[in-house]
Amino acid sequence: MIDRKDVEHVARLTRLALTEPELERMRVELNSILAHLDTLRAVPTEGIEPTSHAVDIVNVMREDEVEPCLPQDAALANAPDPSGDFFRVPRIIEE
Amino acid sequence: MHQPIHELTDAYRRGDLTPSAVAEDYLSRIGALDGKVGAYLTVVREQALTAARESDLRWRAGSPRGPLDGAPIALKDVMCTAGVRTTAGSKMLERFVPPYNATTVERLRAAGAVILGKTNLDEFAMGSSTEHSAFHPTRNPWDLARVPGGSSGGSAAAVAGGLAAGAYGSDTGGSIRQPAAFCGVVGLKPTYGRVSRYGLIALASSLDQIGPFAQDVTDTAILLGAVAGHDRRDATSIQAPVPDYAAELSKGVAGLTLGLPDEYFIDGMDPDVERAVRQAIDVLKGLGARIERVALPTTRHSLAAYYVILPAEASSNLARYDGVKFGLRVAGRDLVEMESRSRSAGFGAEVKRRIMLGTYALSAGYYDAYYGKAQSVRTLVRREFAAAFARVDLIVAPTTPNVAFKHGEKEDPLSMYLNDVFTIPGNLSGIPGISVPCGFSATGLPIGLQVLGRPLDEARVLRAAYAYEQATTWRSRRPELA
Repeated sequence: MIDRKDVEHVARLTRLALTEPELERMRVELNSILAHLDTLRAVPTEGIEPTSHAVDIVNVMREDEVEPCLPQDAALANAPDPSGDFFRVPRIIEE
Repeated sequence: MHQPIHELTDAYRRGDLTPSAVAEDYLSRIGALDGKVGAYLTVVREQALTAARESDLRWRAGSPRGPLDGAPIALKDVMCTAGVRTTAGSKMLERFVPPYNATTVERLRAAGAVILGKTNLDEFAMGSSTEHSAFHPTRNPWDLARVPGGSSGGSAAAVAGGLAAGAYGSDTGGSIRQPAAFCGVVGLKPTYGRVSRYGLIALASSLDQIGPFAQDVTDTAILLGAVAGHDRRDATSIQAPVPDYAAELSKGVAGLTLGLPDEYFIDGMDPDVERAVRQAIDVLKGLGARIERVALPTTRHSLAAYYVILPAEASSNLARYDGVKFGLRVAGRDLVEMESRSRSAGFGAEVKRRIMLGTYALSAGYYDAYYGKAQSVRTLVRREFAAAFARVDLIVAPTTPNVAFKHGEKEDPLSMYLNDVFTIPGNLSGIPGISVPCGFSATGLPIGLQVLGRPLDEARVLRAAYAYEQATTWRSRRPELA
């Protein structure tokens, strides 16, 4: 079971500002889903290695050569608040 | 003009039809009927007509680029289209105009396909009903009170409703096969890595795969062949030659052994679905296939494993939406407040739920219990399929336990998740699977037969689906929209 404090903690980690009713609804729904996910505990998996993806590819290498990339103006075109050649964000460091 | 792509191109070749006449016809049909269905989020009329006129010239000169030249198709709005907004069905990306094309889009343009527009989906492909798009729900052309399935419901409804000749979607846990079954069209999820994911807005990167929707199996083979193959921009794309899928279709099923898993016939499934699927298996038997029972006991734990892995990967993939480089921004006093407000305003309820669930499952103290455990269960699912495929060539099963449900019928998240119980194992193990129409319920709703195959054995999957399709007449029945 997860409680309100857990939900608030996870919401902070995920950068979601949830309202009071959202937090409560999330607590109820997550507990209901987790109760189903907990059925996994019944599966014997001792010594079974995990599968992270289904293809037998490990690392893919290429020559370290400079190739054309997205032009700066195209990269900035969708920015909510571009400033010259930069993405602008609210102040992070105090003066 | 609402005929399969291979018939349209036959008519282009003979000079009986032109790509621009067909594109015009589809665009006017969309204008007249999509208000009812809601299959599209964006229609690119001028671009489509320009592409169609270029195709006209190639056909007239006798030098078409291939079997998709002039084919009017639709793309799920998770594939990036340069210069055309790509929303993922989310307010977060309502005004996002990608600066580049997904590899799939690039290949389709090179093949001469006429892209009509971008189709609706559950927000960020999270859902099984296309009710949870941030813009509007999509309706099932067979019964507008019902859902088309999801998350690629717009693409499935477009093909079923004659609003596109073919379409592409993405399948992470059934998002192509389930809506294909609900809408009475063919839908194929290729082997993981068969089609490049470059430019596909990521949901769960170890499961996502692009694939086609079509009016018949022949078109499915053509649509797959046009986009399959290695892409250096997707490190998980497989370096294996692409067979001529269409050329292998008519080899039949005589001599093939089809596995029938008991675990795919469960309590609570619609008896009409079970009946239709068992009759379909009899048809395949009649065509010379051998049927053998196979055991896939971990099937019943697949759903739980999936709902750990998917939210975990999604929570990580969706961390990029922070209001900085692209997407919605809501102002805040500092960076954290700006990010939190942007994400809260930009994401809908199901997206928030899965981000929360995934973050919880990956957080300190729970990683082994959830994520580690689910990854081991995934190994068991893969092993069971591998053991089955050592004895049988293909596995046949229902695509879904039920037919299309009504809008608003599944409010509880868990009951919605249960829809994907027969399609999820294919994603966990990375194997290819198709849904092909195999009949109708007493209420007149389509039912899908699922055929699963060995990794990279799409040719045989298509071959069995084709043999079944040719032996039956389901595809002649169409929904009446007008």
